[in-house]
Amino acid sequence: MPAFPWWPPTASAYASQINFLFVSLLVIAGLTIGLVFYLLLFFANKYRHGSNADRSGTTKKTWRFEVSWTVATLLIFVGLAGWGADIYLKLYNPPADALQIFIVGKQWMWKAQHPGGQREINALHVPAGQDVRLVMASQDVIHSFFIPALRIKQDVVPGRYETMWFRADKVGRYHLFCAEYCGTDHAHMGGWITVMNPREYADWLQAQGGQQTLAAQGEQLFRRYGCSGCHEPGGTVRAPNLHGVFGGPVPLSDGSVVIADERYVRDSILDPKAQVAAGYAPVMPTFEGQVSEDDLAKLVAYIEFIGPTTSGGR
Amino acid sequence: MSDRALGFQYGTLAQQRETATLGMWAFLATEVLFFGALIAAYLNYRIWFGQEFIAAASLTKVVLGTANTAVLLTSSACMAMAVTTFDAGSKRAPVLWLSATGLLGLVFIVIKATEWWLEYQEHLVPALNFDLARHGGVAEIFFVFYFCATGLHALHLLIGISLVTWLAVRIGSGRLQPGGSTTRLIGLYWHFVDIVWIFLFPLIYLAGRNA
Amino acid sequence: MHAPREQTYLSATVDIRSWLLTTDHKRIALLYFAGITFFFFIGGIAATLIRFELITPGPTLGSPDFYNRLFTMHGIIMVWFFLIPSIPTTMGNFILPMMIGARDLAFPRLNLASWYLYMSGGLITIAALLLGGLDTGWTFYEPYSTFYATGYVILAVFGIFVAGFSSILTGLNFIVTVHKLRAPGMTWYRLPVFVWSTYATSIILVLATPVLAMTLLMLLAERVLHVGIFSPQLGGDPILFQHMFWFYSHPAVYIMILPSMGVISEVVPVFSSKPLFGYYFVVWCSIAIAAIGFLVWGHHMFVAGQSLYASLAFSFLSYLVAVPSAIKVFNWIATMHEGWIRFDAPMLYAFGFIGLFTIGGLTGLMLAALAVDVHVTDTYFVVAHFHYIMVGGAVMGFFAGLHYWWPKISGRLYPDYWARFAAILAFFGFNLTFFPQFILGYLGMPRRYQSYPPEFQIWHVLSSAGASILAVGYALPIFYFAWSILRGPRASANPWGATGLEWTTRSPPPPENFAKTPTVVRPPYQYDRGKPCMQAGDVR
Repeated sequence: MPAFPWWPPTASAYASQINFLFVSLLVIAGLTIGLVFYLLLFFANKYRHGSNADRSGTTKKTWRFEVSWTVATLLIFVGLAGWGADIYLKLYNPPADALQIFIVGKQWMWKAQHPGGQREINALHVPAGQDVRLVMASQDVIHSFFIPALRIKQDVVPGRYETMWFRADKVGRYHLFCAEYCGTDHAHMGGWITVMNPREYADWLQAQGGQQTLAAQGEQLFRRYGCSGCHEPGGTVRAPNLHGVFGGPVPLSDGSVVIADERYVRDSILDPKAQVAAGYAPVMPTFEGQVSEDDLAKLVAYIEFIGPTTSGGR
Repeated sequence: MSDRALGFQYGTLAQQRETATLGMWAFLATEVLFFGALIAAYLNYRIWFGQEFIAAASLTKVVLGTANTAVLLTSSACMAMAVTTFDAGSKRAPVLWLSATGLLGLVFIVIKATEWWLEYQEHLVPALNFDLARHGGVAEIFFVFYFCATGLHALHLLIGISLVTWLAVRIGSGRLQPGGSTTRLIGLYWHFVDIVWIFLFPLIYLAGRNA
Repeated sequence: MHAPREQTYLSATVDIRSWLLTTDHKRIALLYFAGITFFFFIGGIAATLIRFELITPGPTLGSPDFYNRLFTMHGIIMVWFFLIPSIPTTMGNFILPMMIGARDLAFPRLNLASWYLYMSGGLITIAALLLGGLDTGWTFYEPYSTFYATGYVILAVFGIFVAGFSSILTGLNFIVTVHKLRAPGMTWYRLPVFVWSTYATSIILVLATPVLAMTLLMLLAERVLHVGIFSPQLGGDPILFQHMFWFYSHPAVYIMILPSMGVISEVVPVFSSKPLFGYYFVVWCSIAIAAIGFLVWGHHMFVAGQSLYASLAFSFLSYLVAVPSAIKVFNWIATMHEGWIRFDAPMLYAFGFIGLFTIGGLTGLMLAALAVDVHVTDTYFVVAHFHYIMVGGAVMGFFAGLHYWWPKISGRLYPDYWARFAAILAFFGFNLTFFPQFILGYLGMPRRYQSYPPEFQIWHVLSSAGASILAVGYALPIFYFAWSILRGPRASANPWGATGLEWTTRSPPPPENFAKTPTVVRPPYQYDRGKPCMQAGDVR
């Protein structure tokens, strides 16, 4: 570790783009501050009281200066806004084939669940060069999942799913922080992101010991919570069959259509009356308070697993 | 807000009157933002929750609410008459009109209290006895807004009734003479409290009631 | 010119009742000055303890809970009980009526009521702190502050709620005063920029603070009644709280900076002996900042779970709101061009303001860039940014105004050598404290952390060292201002050679401000080849 750390590690191509934008902003800021400081010092010296500088009053046409520096400032600023927005939009377009990991934040730790069922606390192992998509929930208050080396951060808000994706390129170990104040041990709610090359990652997954995949665990919960009683064929209550549903459109009773993503599945379990599928009676009971975030993640993984196979792991 | 004595910071009585008027308008602007914030939050949930919110709204007592609207609108008319007759130089007429205003305000409070009592009976009061299992969480949020909005409105109305009473006494005892701004400004305040109700009433009581 | 036996607003009556029941705007200004100095001291102690704690990566002074309560106290006190009232209630109250040629504010008794509301709110909040404090941060995010935080949340929030009414009534008083109590000949475009800035600030005070009042009321309802308006248990939306909170709190930062900019617009022309460059632009930029400032609150919520389209709009508008501030900086610098610049303390603080506010503002542009903000929000980068604006900007402006109008307010001169030394010391101390925090922020050091990774320590040590220097720079004025009151030479009516109406009357002013209401004959800041031309027609 250098004595004066200046710069965080840059662990992804996206992070490089942020570096470039930030440095450009620094340069523009530096030039502006340089100009301001230079003028202040230059005028302070040249026009100090008692100096014999020429003060014959040549600056009469004030509005020309005003308009030109206003317009110049405006154009530069709008350009910068656009550049920042352009890179930001990339965060909102996750690729289709991402590895999906469920994250649950709670006071004061982060829990991660890999699709193969592997669990981690305050740590996240990911393969390099692979798109990773995080589906995140909070069990209590607002937290924020922050990986400085990847230049990404997302608040995790209770009552809803937030998602974030990245592709780490550089193998290494990087800080994970909670970045939204959440109580006493907010500063200790963190750990390490370990980016491994794909072969080591596969070994690591193996080494976690045999456990069921997240989807398999979800299937067990699906039966245990009684979901199969209505949602499987032969059930007594008429409920939508959930095979092939995930990722596709769902017409609702009010005429609108939503895409069945993880948010929709989660909301259907916790607040079924809010969005009722068209043609079905609103009789599904709510599981609010009965299903933990960990179990929700498994159920979502299962519903996704039995979704249409052509769309892959969304 | 004395009409006769000229404050030392003023040059003329007219300046003093205009200043007081601008002050009241500025104050009412702050109240618009105050209630506006509550209404904005309410609208946010109304849009977000949709049908569940509207279902909760149907539990309000629309007949009593409508009666209250009529009461308050009439009281505003009485207030306007009070201002007009006072400016015209009368003393007895404004006192009567102001008494009518204040009385109607009290009628509003009584009807409101009745509604709240009924809601208490029906287990609709959040934190006290709200029947969560029967009505659900969204309905409780609706009723929190309902009690906050109607409660704050009632508080402002009580302040208005006190001001109107005070004004009636001052005019009746002859201590307040026409030519100032006090009566008109209290009238402004009263009308504002009325306007707040005109916004609250349809938002709260008439939501989804198109039958 | 100055007859020692004549009454000033200070000497007219001297008993305690005449102070606590005064309606004289000048005395009320001093009452406020006592209050904000007291709260600045409390908030400053919290800051000292914070910087001391952060010297080591692990716990230094106490538990994490203690630290969390410290930064909460620092934020609440500094924002609501120091920064927001600071310039408007002291210099606004004292100088604004004089600048427009009035004898007092429009509603003097309301002014006194405002002070009592401010002090009551402040004492209620202090009580909450003395009883043990709270650890929610000054932002009170839900559902932490309602369902999870222990501590005196209700008391502290109530204290802020009460003080909010002081803000609203003060703003109302200023707006009405500027509209209605201007002296003959004082048209809108002859008003000094300090008046325009205070007017713009008052618009924000009057329109934004009620939204805070409602937000705090709803927070209290949730905490007291245990019903989840913003909490997910009942289906409430935590992000709605953030929208409502920041709808006030972003305009609030313009409440803190606009008056400071007004002070700088007064000081720079005087100490350049030259008219303010681009008066109309500076005036309308103040109004533009106030107006656009209401439209950018979502830039505090780029990673909060806000919609993508909202974030795009807020980013664009945040760049827009920076334009009028940039125009002002250019205008202040252009004022100095071909001037006769003097380096008295007020001007040194003005130089400091221009430099540091520019740095703070440019880092704001970095934050407004969406993709960069995702990385640096909730880190020390933001902490550095807002301290550059609030401390390097607003507080420097406060000290500039204090040193500029001190002779008028107290009737005494202070030793300029010590004042300049304090200004320079504060400038260097400030930069050493806060510049390393930009680096810490980009490195990823999150906010509100008592413990941090050891590799960040060097920057924290530098920052804390700077804080100790800054503290000295802030403490020095206490001594030389006290000295000036006891032994300082008496000030004339216009020791700086300025042009505003406040400089046409005695120092300290008589209770009624002017022996005769002045008649204004020309715009402000008129200098003829370096010599001031007084604004009023009937002044020697």
